[in-house]
Amino acid sequence: MNPYIANTQNDVAEMLKTIGVKNIDGLFVDIRKDQRPRSFDLPAGKSEMEVVQHITRLAAKNAHDLTLFIGGGYYDHYIPAAVNALISRGEFYTAYTPYQPECAQGTLQALYEYQSSICTLTEMDVANASLYDGGTALYEAALMAIRVTGRHKILMDGGVSPIYRKILRSYTINLNIEFVETPVAHGQSDRAEINKLIDDKTAAVILQNPNFFGAIDDHSDIIATAHKFGALAIESVYPISLGILKTPGEMGADIVTGEGQSLGLPLNFGGPYLGFMATRKEFIRKMPGRIVGQTTDLNGRRCFVNTLQAREQHIRREKATSNICTNVSLCALQALIYMTLLGKEGLKELAQLNLDKAEFAKKNLEKIKGVHVKRSAPTFNEFTVYLPKDANAVVEAMVKKGFAAGFPLGRYYKGMENYLTIAVTEKRTQEEIVQFTKSLEEVLWN
Amino acid sequence: MELIFEKSVTGRRGVRAPQSDVPVKAEIPRQYRRAKDSKLPEVSELDAVRHFTTLSQRNFSVDTNFYPLGSCTMKYNPKFTESLARLPGFMDLHPLLPQLPHGEKLTQGALEVLYEMDQILCEITGMDAFTMQPLAGAHGELTGVMMMAAYHKSKGNKKKYIIIPDSAHGTNPASAAIAGYETISIPSNDQGGMDVDKLKEKLNDEVAGLMITCPSTLGIFNSEISEISEMVHAVDGIMYCDGANLNAVLGRCRPGDLGFDVMHINTHKTFTTPHGGGGPGAGPVGVTEKLLKFLPISRVMKRKSGAFYLDYNFADSIGYVASFYGNFALLLRAYAYILMLGKEGLIETSNHAVLNANYVMQRLKKYFLLRYDRICMHEAVFSAAWQAEKGVHATDIAKFLIDQGMHPPTVYFPLTVKESIMIEPTETESKQILDQFVDVMVQAAALAERHPETFKDLPKTTPITRPDEVKAARDLDTNYFLQRSIVAAGELNPLPSKI
Repeated sequence: MNPYIANTQNDVAEMLKTIGVKNIDGLFVDIRKDQRPRSFDLPAGKSEMEVVQHITRLAAKNAHDLTLFIGGGYYDHYIPAAVNALISRGEFYTAYTPYQPECAQGTLQALYEYQSSICTLTEMDVANASLYDGGTALYEAALMAIRVTGRHKILMDGGVSPIYRKILRSYTINLNIEFVETPVAHGQSDRAEINKLIDDKTAAVILQNPNFFGAIDDHSDIIATAHKFGALAIESVYPISLGILKTPGEMGADIVTGEGQSLGLPLNFGGPYLGFMATRKEFIRKMPGRIVGQTTDLNGRRCFVNTLQAREQHIRREKATSNICTNVSLCALQALIYMTLLGKEGLKELAQLNLDKAEFAKKNLEKIKGVHVKRSAPTFNEFTVYLPKDANAVVEAMVKKGFAAGFPLGRYYKGMENYLTIAVTEKRTQEEIVQFTKSLEEVLWN
Repeated sequence: MELIFEKSVTGRRGVRAPQSDVPVKAEIPRQYRRAKDSKLPEVSELDAVRHFTTLSQRNFSVDTNFYPLGSCTMKYNPKFTESLARLPGFMDLHPLLPQLPHGEKLTQGALEVLYEMDQILCEITGMDAFTMQPLAGAHGELTGVMMMAAYHKSKGNKKKYIIIPDSAHGTNPASAAIAGYETISIPSNDQGGMDVDKLKEKLNDEVAGLMITCPSTLGIFNSEISEISEMVHAVDGIMYCDGANLNAVLGRCRPGDLGFDVMHINTHKTFTTPHGGGGPGAGPVGVTEKLLKFLPISRVMKRKSGAFYLDYNFADSIGYVASFYGNFALLLRAYAYILMLGKEGLIETSNHAVLNANYVMQRLKKYFLLRYDRICMHEAVFSAAWQAEKGVHATDIAKFLIDQGMHPPTVYFPLTVKESIMIEPTETESKQILDQFVDVMVQAAALAERHPETFKDLPKTTPITRPDEVKAARDLDTNYFLQRSIVAAGELNPLPSKI
């Protein structure tokens, strides 16, 4: 018997007697003979130790020890030990959706604090209790804008992550939605193109700051134009950068989403991550996902509950604002703990440190012959460089020197085969940056 | 209890920022900088640790309490899978690495986990291939319905409707609607199965498919499922299996053998990845040959050399449904769990899950109305209808259980059973725990009979009593900072009260 089953032979015998069947097979009589498995050919069970050994061997086959200069929306930040210690409490991670608020105040209060933290970070009015990840959050935002405006055209800035753009397209292929993308060439959003394409059929303009090339922008003017046409502005943001950067709230954005991985979540080969979403208070009832609200109990004490549930699938079924059932509570908690430990000053300092290190890297890299750091716009901790050789080949050679050197843009942008985005977080030391520069020079010119 | 923001003291720190080791102090032009700092709290590390530890103690959880929440499969989450998920070889692996030139070489171990999971899940379910990408059960449903739509499009079928039983999870109709279909609801028959005559009436050439939970949300295995599959296939409809209840039938039957064309699995149910207080989950989707070419990209493939790689070259694929390869750290936990259990362990799992549910059902049926008195699968659905006559509702019984230190079963779902109480003990609980639970439920029934009035102000032992949910929706307060500014401005009810 495996260690997760507690019933003994005696227990089983007594239970079968109570039920009134002879044996366990008697409990499966509803499954007809012709419905039994045609095959169930699986390996025999193993001990915990054997499985741990096997999986540890698999872990060793991954090149996790490369020094990461790759970002693309997913960043190698330091995670304080207290984050993992706290989310490892069984009371948090082995609980489920807080359907019974009296015995789930821990999760509920944490989600309220998380929502509030996202709001102060983005300077928006209201946030939900999280969505799956940054990409699916952006798709939910697009659908939300369509619900709010009753329009079906979405204008998408070419600086939005190409991965997000692919997700949006595959989800909406059967829906009556017109997507228009405005081209971007490694700089800020193209105002002229957006002005040309926006009209009174546009439900939303989707923007990203910093964009996929690392360029920082102030989208206030584009957002004002969107509003003039009765369209909403959706802004996808990188939360750590908001320690310094102008907030989407200040710019006047209507819906804000983002990938919360950088807020204390490990890279985890792509998940689980955290999609956050915030909006203006007048749109709260059109927002998808769980929302936690503060109220009082029978004795007038402060407490927290899931609220506005009438928007959700378990009540509204096919008329719900989204099909989403779970949020990613534990990831939201993780982000909340991380933001709490950093605090107001810590976040600012962390953002500044990322900025300084990236600028130091730029200064070093542009000393290499033929390497051009793109300086058409200010950047945060990620920037685009032009290489005198094909970026794919360069990146491959850099792996041999122990670096994930960046993301070659040619994969998603035709004609940009010589371009690379490079990310530099607080974890990269001066020594690593200098060594990185040296290695790149060797790869290019030796 | 105080909020973390109320514990904030200017000047306190939870972490010290590292000193800059580069000789650069960069500045972003004012136009691009935020004008005001955030209001994140300023607390010491101990302040934070104590705050969140105290919060955790205000939760019931599987680690601390019996948690028979029907339809959610709240089984024990083994600790070793937690430590495996934190191996640096997986935890620190950047998801864009395999997208670098020849980058697959950098992530062979992770790709092997995904590939092996695909193979194992196929054997468990009888499907032909899985995608690991969907990030939750509902996300899996949407992915499945998108493939259904792609199938019909490729055949030039004009389809409009998806049929869904009335006992289904709310996510089923919501997923169908989000993918652009209209839904038709079919009532249950008096045995808790699908009313096949009603289904016949509704089936026509415009039906894209049927979404059905198997075993059903009533905890029943519908023997007619093979025949239902034939009927749906006869109009070129797709059979979708909501695999939420797979925990009941491991090694006993496989959706692929029953005629299903596509299904999702909730790893956080059957394969015990932790529920996390409401996610993250993972919802791998399996398909048979019929839908294979529509699977999302990328797909993990194996070369003749034995090396694994990501293949993006599938012309008919529905495209990207997630940013990367699924909720990897959860899939890894599920993989470890399945390896450890092995074939016999998986069969034992379902045996004991079903045994435990039937035991509770037998022992309680004298005290609570059993809507369908027959052998059940992994969960037993009762009704508090008898108690409701005395004014004691399912929710009141739930609150009584909380005071006895037990998490209540799911109440008011499925919607087809009035005052429903849906009990899923799972296989990891012992007879002794089940006996204690039964005793408490019997006490509740007795109390409802004699002193129904006592339920009204339960629970009494928890940090809070019943919350005012009407007030929560009316005087919306979902952001501490907004609420403070509203109070400061003297506005009372700043949010619109109607959609």
